[in-house]
Amino acid sequence: MAGARELPPDEVLVQRLRDGDEQTFTQVLDTWSSGMLRLAMSFVSTKASAEEAVQDTWLAVIKGISDFEGRSSLKTWVYRILVNTAKARGTKESRTVPFASLLPEEEGPTVDTSRFRASGEQYAGHWAVGQEPRPWHVPEDYVLRGEVREVIAEALDELPPRLRTVVTLRDVAGYGSEEVCSLLEISPGNQRVLLHRARAFLRRKLEEYVSGAHDVAGGRGRP
Amino acid sequence: MNCVDFVELVTEFLEGALPEADERRFIEHLAECSGCESYLDQFRQTIATTGELTPDNISPDARQQLLSAFRGWHRQ
Repeated sequence: MAGARELPPDEVLVQRLRDGDEQTFTQVLDTWSSGMLRLAMSFVSTKASAEEAVQDTWLAVIKGISDFEGRSSLKTWVYRILVNTAKARGTKESRTVPFASLLPEEEGPTVDTSRFRASGEQYAGHWAVGQEPRPWHVPEDYVLRGEVREVIAEALDELPPRLRTVVTLRDVAGYGSEEVCSLLEISPGNQRVLLHRARAFLRRKLEEYVSGAHDVAGGRGRP
Repeated sequence: MNCVDFVELVTEFLEGALPEADERRFIEHLAECSGCESYLDQFRQTIATTGELTPDNISPDARQQLLSAFRGWHRQ
């Protein structure tokens, strides 16, 4: 996202690109390509294939910029070309990600039910003793060395493609919910379900990491 | 509201998508349950950390090719 704020407004960007301004093209290319690469990874099986989808997208942008009508933001237009390009590749690789409705595995609790008191117990449905989330104290070292980000990056790769796509668009690329719904053609409700599941998974991975780090720091092993 | 329900509503709460009555119950629960207070806080920290990711970029070769393509296209 760094540098995204420095880009001029769309009208200026589009005019400069049409005029063949290389500096502007370099700027959008360098600002958006990494986010595009991550998004493409949701639809195809390899990094190489994702990179090709990003390249094909930019080529389509170069050829199509004169036809851009400004009905969406330039970035949304570029992302839409990317999603279509990457989807087509994914189909060839038999790796399609349909978004129309929720899958059975996308329903049900996002937190392990064993962490709550069972029904029939006193305070049923509340955190079980010793299972409640403890406040986090992430050692500064781990933050500075980027380990916490690394945990999230790895966890993102583990997510099923639909969850990864939504959380990448919302929380990595910083899109609003309406843009994501229109880009992926999903309902606001389904978008929230996918986003919530993805975030809950990432939180759990951080929790595991933080409690592990604490045990090491405090010399207390866990069974 | 109990904790089982609370943890499933966090994203809707953060999106401002909870109906008014549910939002009131959510906040009432939050005020009384330190476990859920931590859960919500950690959810926010997770979102913030995810936003700090600096993903891989395309290869220098691919970048050069695209810059040449842009140059070439405009000359046509």
